[in-house]
Amino acid sequence: MGIHIAVCIKRTPSSTSVAIDESGQIQTAGLPHGINPFDEYAIEEALRIKEKLEGSKVTIISAGAPESEDVVKAALALGADEGVVVTDPAFDGSDTMVTSLILSKTVEKLGDVKLILFGKQTNDGESGHMTALVGARLGRPSISAVRKVTDIDADSITVQRLMDDGADTLKLNLPAVVGVTKEINEPRLPSLKGKMRAKKAAIPKWGAGDIGVDAAVVGKDASPTGVVKMEPVPARTAGTAITGETPEELAKNLVEKLKETKFI
Amino acid sequence: MAYEGKGVWCVGEVRHGDLSPSLFELITAGRIIADARSETLTAVLIGKGVAAKADEVAARGADKILVLEHDALDQLVDEAHTGALTAAAGTEKPRTLLFSASVYGRSVAPRVAVALGGAVASDASALTVTDGKLTLERSAFGSAVISTVAVNAADGPEVVTTAPMAFERSGTSETKAEVTQAAVDPASWTQNTEFVSFSADESKEIDLGGAEKIVSGGRGLGNADNFSLIRDLAKSLGAAVGASRAVVDSGWIPYKHQVGLTGRQVRPRLYVACGISGQIQHLAGMKSSDVIVAINTDADCPMMKLATYSVKGDLTQIIPAIVSEIDKVRGSSNGS
Ligand SMILES: Cc1cc2nc3c(=O)[nH]c(=O)nc-3n(C[C@H](O)[C@H](O)[C@H](O)COP(=O)(O)OP(=O)(O)OC[C@H]3O[C@@H](n4cnc5c(N)ncnc54)[C@H](O)[C@@H]3O)c2cc1C
Ligand SMILES: Cc1cc2nc3c(=O)[nH]c(=O)nc-3n(C[C@H](O)[C@H](O)[C@H](O)COP(=O)(O)OP(=O)(O)OC[C@H]3O[C@@H](n4cnc5c(N)ncnc54)[C@H](O)[C@@H]3O)c2cc1C
Repeated sequence: MGIHIAVCIKRTPSSTSVAIDESGQIQTAGLPHGINPFDEYAIEEALRIKEKLEGSKVTIISAGAPESEDVVKAALALGADEGVVVTDPAFDGSDTMVTSLILSKTVEKLGDVKLILFGKQTNDGESGHMTALVGARLGRPSISAVRKVTDIDADSITVQRLMDDGADTLKLNLPAVVGVTKEINEPRLPSLKGKMRAKKAAIPKWGAGDIGVDAAVVGKDASPTGVVKMEPVPARTAGTAITGETPEELAKNLVEKLKETKFI
Repeated sequence: MAYEGKGVWCVGEVRHGDLSPSLFELITAGRIIADARSETLTAVLIGKGVAAKADEVAARGADKILVLEHDALDQLVDEAHTGALTAAAGTEKPRTLLFSASVYGRSVAPRVAVALGGAVASDASALTVTDGKLTLERSAFGSAVISTVAVNAADGPEVVTTAPMAFERSGTSETKAEVTQAAVDPASWTQNTEFVSFSADESKEIDLGGAEKIVSGGRGLGNADNFSLIRDLAKSLGAAVGASRAVVDSGWIPYKHQVGLTGRQVRPRLYVACGISGQIQHLAGMKSSDVIVAINTDADCPMMKLATYSVKGDLTQIIPAIVSEIDKVRGSSNGS
């Protein structure tokens, strides 16, 4: 029996060479954007589950600027069935806590979603909190750092979670929220047919009203945390080139330095 | 309804009987907040058999130790740990909860924040309290930027994870913290997760996250067999083993060793990069290291340009020479 799978993906800059203006705001306008690299693994895993559980459906959710349509289409080209962009000027400046409300309300609106997949983290905000936040918001189990889905049926999913000292295997009753690592699979490339289909697809855009959230509980002012300013990380200055004619001399001079700095 | 919380909780991680030293980093971070607000700092031990760990923690700078002990907390079942912490925090009403930004912290902290209607922020590398208000610094965008984040939790506690190794571990204190137990009742939470099993890594390697020293290898190793050079040097220095994505993708070493944007973010005191060119995605994972040593044939590659100490040469010759030099130095100092 098939299940409805939702995959949350974020449109992020593909490059980290970002500029910061005088007010401490990040300038990403001119940069190329794409699917957050970690989310490609979540899409791929959804497609694999769909292939395994016949009759399943994969819906992509992306919250952000209207341009997020591009990443939703890219996911459709890979084989996702449907997608929605959740966008509203009222969402601007939402922190992770509020973004999790937007995403969980969207999942609820889709209605029959049994599995919600996330990437490990984004390459811009980088909190890696969204999986657990959405799980808690929905009152459902969540699990992050998943490196393998060992079993899935219409009622439960069994996964392996990568820990520092090994791997935990856990079984979650569906609906469940799962965040995957890059180790989980090797994402496919889009097919020509998929690209054609994606190009023609109309992607619905949902605003605050559509997902049933009051504009007063989203956005910058409603967020319990806020970015005050951003500064570029100061570049590291060049250090000391270790001198020596032979490997032995180089090694001796390096080890001397490491002794001075108490590493040896 | 405004939330009137007081005090800082530092939530320790005990896994398979071992207490993670990250708790002592949390205590250092927590003292900044507790001292600025004249509040108490509580180290929280949660799990099964964790009361036995109270001795290790008693004289490390916490005012109190709170023990949440139950068989149901033996393994990391996210809903169980969240449920027990939420119930205890609902009674005790701490203003701040600190977790390490490990898999544990990223799994449990956000759930606790939602359950208590609070705020959540991740990966703090610095904390400041001004006029009672908490702000933190964290890196974003692949470590390209440092952002300052203000935390304004009105309806619940401030829940913050700290970047591993960003704060010094607290030293020993004169006073001993008093230990109290909190009630844990599995009936107080809904659990839709069943713990099935744990499989330990065969290799008892030092974990990258909390490592003081890391030796990493890249494509400059030439082949998978040469990773033995990296392991030799790591062993000699007492370091963990890291890698660039190039060698992980080539299958020379498992993914869990990958450092960088799509791998682990690390912050050791010493990072030795062998045959790693220093592409921006690798640097994103390690450039906050205190001391960086680069070993590379190309003096002009980015890693050599930013290293604290750069060694130009063929790693297949340099690394064995370093290992034998360390042996020599250790031998003579042992003898004297
Ligand atoms: C440079 C920068 C710094 C920021 N710093 C902070 C900060 O310090 N605190 C804060 O609260 N917010 C911050 N934000 C805002 C935050 O990025 C957004 O709220 C974001 O939507 C979710 O947080 P994250 O990027 O940390 O996601 P993560 O939790 O790292 O993402 C995990 C997964 O969640 C899914 N996901 C995340 N965002 C979306 C989305 N919008 N739509 C669909 N799926 C999604 C993806 O599957 C992703 O792989 C920052 C944003 C930027 C660009
Ligand atoms: C979205 C994305 C995410 C990425 N994430 C990561 C990540 O998380 N981590 C990561 O590491 N990379 C990541 N990368 C890949 C990254 O861009 C580089 O390709 C990678 O870091 C290069 O690895 P390397 O330095 O080992 O190899 P190379 O760049 O090939 O460098 C090899 C180095 O070895 C030196 N060398 C050669 N022979 C010798 C010798 N005998 N002795 C000494 N030195 C020698 C060379 O001079 C050279 O500097 C990512 C890329 C993308 C696009």
